[in-house]
Amino acid sequence: MFELAQAEKGARLLLMGNDAIARGAMEAGVRVVAGYPGTPSSEIVENLAKASRDRDIYVEWSVNEKVALEVAASASYSGLRAMAAMKQVGMNVASDFLLHLAQYGTRGGMVVVSCEDPGALSSTNEGESRPYAKMMEFPLLEPGDFQEAKDMSRWAFELSEEIRNVVMLRSVTRLSHASGNVIAGDLPSLESKAVFKYGGGLMDTMEGPIVNLPGLLHVFRRNQEEKLRRVAEIFERSPFNTYEGPQKPELLILTSSACSLYSREAVLLLDAQDRVGILKLGTTWPLPWRLIKEHLSRTDKILVVEEVLPFMEENLLALAALLSPSLGVKTFHGKHDGLLPSVNEMNPDRVVAALSRILDVPYRAVSEKYVKRAAEIAATGAPPRALTFCPGCPHRASFWSIHNALRLDNRGGFVCGDIGCYSLGAISSGFDTLKTLHSMGSGTGLASGFGKLKRFGIDQPILAVCGDSTFYHAVMPALVNAVHNRAEITLVVLDNSGTAMTGFQAHPGLEVNAVGEPVPAVDIPETCRAMGARVRVCDPFDIEETRRTLLDMMDERGVKVLVLRQICALSPEKKGWKRFEVTVNREMCIGKNCGCNRLCTRIFKCPGLIWDGESNAARIDEVICAGCGVCASVCPSGAIERKEVA
Amino acid sequence: MSVQGSAAILSEPYNLIITGVGGQGNVLASRIVGEMLSRLGLHVTIGETFGASQRGGSVMSHLRVSSRSSYSSQIPFGRAHMVVALEPTEAVRVLKDYGNPEIRVICNTRPIRSIGVISGEQAYPPIEAVKGWVRELSRAAWFIDATEEAVMLGNPVLGNIVCVGALAATGVLPLDRGIFKTVLANKMTPDRVALNLAAYDRGVAMIQK
Repeated sequence: MFELAQAEKGARLLLMGNDAIARGAMEAGVRVVAGYPGTPSSEIVENLAKASRDRDIYVEWSVNEKVALEVAASASYSGLRAMAAMKQVGMNVASDFLLHLAQYGTRGGMVVVSCEDPGALSSTNEGESRPYAKMMEFPLLEPGDFQEAKDMSRWAFELSEEIRNVVMLRSVTRLSHASGNVIAGDLPSLESKAVFKYGGGLMDTMEGPIVNLPGLLHVFRRNQEEKLRRVAEIFERSPFNTYEGPQKPELLILTSSACSLYSREAVLLLDAQDRVGILKLGTTWPLPWRLIKEHLSRTDKILVVEEVLPFMEENLLALAALLSPSLGVKTFHGKHDGLLPSVNEMNPDRVVAALSRILDVPYRAVSEKYVKRAAEIAATGAPPRALTFCPGCPHRASFWSIHNALRLDNRGGFVCGDIGCYSLGAISSGFDTLKTLHSMGSGTGLASGFGKLKRFGIDQPILAVCGDSTFYHAVMPALVNAVHNRAEITLVVLDNSGTAMTGFQAHPGLEVNAVGEPVPAVDIPETCRAMGARVRVCDPFDIEETRRTLLDMMDERGVKVLVLRQICALSPEKKGWKRFEVTVNREMCIGKNCGCNRLCTRIFKCPGLIWDGESNAARIDEVICAGCGVCASVCPSGAIERKEVA
Repeated sequence: MSVQGSAAILSEPYNLIITGVGGQGNVLASRIVGEMLSRLGLHVTIGETFGASQRGGSVMSHLRVSSRSSYSSQIPFGRAHMVVALEPTEAVRVLKDYGNPEIRVICNTRPIRSIGVISGEQAYPPIEAVKGWVRELSRAAWFIDATEEAVMLGNPVLGNIVCVGALAATGVLPLDRGIFKTVLANKMTPDRVALNLAAYDRGVAMIQK
């Protein structure tokens, strides 16, 4: 039984923020859900996929976020409720369509969920999507706790239908990937019929064809702005905007999202409940100005607490300027005066620090002596843990071969990186192999450019890597570009049979979809051949063959693609299964006396290896070893032995 | 909002950290403890950092337990009441930021060497030294070889459940074996429930010994 899809009204659940958002969508009767996996957003689509049968929902992992938004929009245009979910960077991918979606408007309730990552806990950036709501003129909702994540997800569909436009629900890692108690609401009946009406006139937004033609834009834009004014009126009465604190506080905190919990805790830690009031906004664009004016009137000092960009802060400053004739002069604190940092995520202590300065209340959780001693101890007692590939990860073997091939080739060739677990190829666990790292598909795009710079002097081999899911998401257009423009590049596709970094979600290369149904797979080597690239396929665990193939390919002209195929070590299909029993022959391993100078533990560094300084030899940690056997090929003395497990 | 008939807790809120290294199952352990407490009517918030969890990084879960309301998913510095460390040096790392003289610690003594230690760039401290430091920085500390117990049960990853049993046996939170079984029954097959119960009981026994 899938509890999230079956819990009855009133049931008290312990839900992750993403579970709560998914449950809210089920309670709203969502019919179509599409997304592209990305931390911290993936569980929304995963949960709805699990509920697909019980709740009659069409769920797909789309090839990328733009297509996901388009798939969801088709349902809205057909009168159904639809949701697209993605991480913050996915919003950038989807943004071109989003602009047009919001400009024309929607029909069935249409919600786009952006799960963002202040502090870049699982991202290569602290990207923000809130400004899209302002830039493209649609409403923005930000839940402040787990119950609100569920309730606002549900309400977002009603709001969308009330104004006939897309509504953005924004979450953050500390909500999406944290858990808290949620009381379930009721689940609706499952009847709905899709009809795409296009028989009306060009300006009939409910029954006409949906075309963003230049001549009609002023009509659509005026509609859109009128919708936004209506939203602001609705927000004035929203139960998601709450105030707690004294009638006339000394300081008013204005906050939203996870920061509302930090703010509440900070006030408690300083025991300042009598001095500070908190206005928590759940509706952050457009701002409900009368409500805000009422609360700003309580005091003259305001602190804005939010993460990353001063989005709310700047909108409030503009509003305060407009209201100043009747409201008077207010002092705002926040990011602009440095009381709160604009880099890195927020937490209770950062809010405490700002509050303690404004209120002039000292705060110390533990004695200075304890803090100093604990730091001293940790300096030697807790060696840092650099990120590394898992034991048995095919990427370690792949980068070993790529790195060695480049060294042997000796022309200064370099590799453009991409987004996935294999981004770790940029640091020592991937032998410092990647020399660029940006967004999805950018490695191949950059390589395509580098591959044309020969006439200006860049004549070394140009390589790019990408994962299998990334290949479909954004590498395909870049590869077409490279072929068509005759760039000289070698693309290495690290194909580990799934969207591994985010939890093995399906992608177009697999014969199974988001809900476990059989589907046709789009073959990567065949696709690349059809584009006009020369293609080879290797097993990365065969490091000799991989290196040789790569060396050959670097000498060939044009666009070459090497597909390195080996399933992820953590894949549900593989987990726990060891191909080899690996041992170190203690007679043959001569440790530091060997010319290799501990090649296995010093450079290859698989977590399954242990350097035993006392006996001057390597050994295998049998609890951690995944049995891939690659280290046996790495050892120049043949001291690491592997035996096929029966 | 207080929940009628919710169990009493030692502090408001009670702050528990379960820490370890990616792959040790600390996210599952914190989830199980959270569900056990939630079933008693307590408000539970669990903060989890997933991103690096599968790639050899430190992974820490914060549990906030309250009879009154939800708390943020991050415990303020210096404010933890109990640390369950699935790996010994991770206990030290947590004490640096969240420790205080009143804190209690349950520590699995089986080391997992970081990549810097494997490569010889860093030294892994002697386990006796780690024990001494943890004792110095805490009010009470229990050291158990949970991984060894788990290996005897057939799978080292059960070390997380041995530690949950140990946590229950300290009595700092109202954790009940019957509720543990109910929570597991919703997540896994009956034979796996039995194996996990055995691990839980080993953990209880290691504290009571």
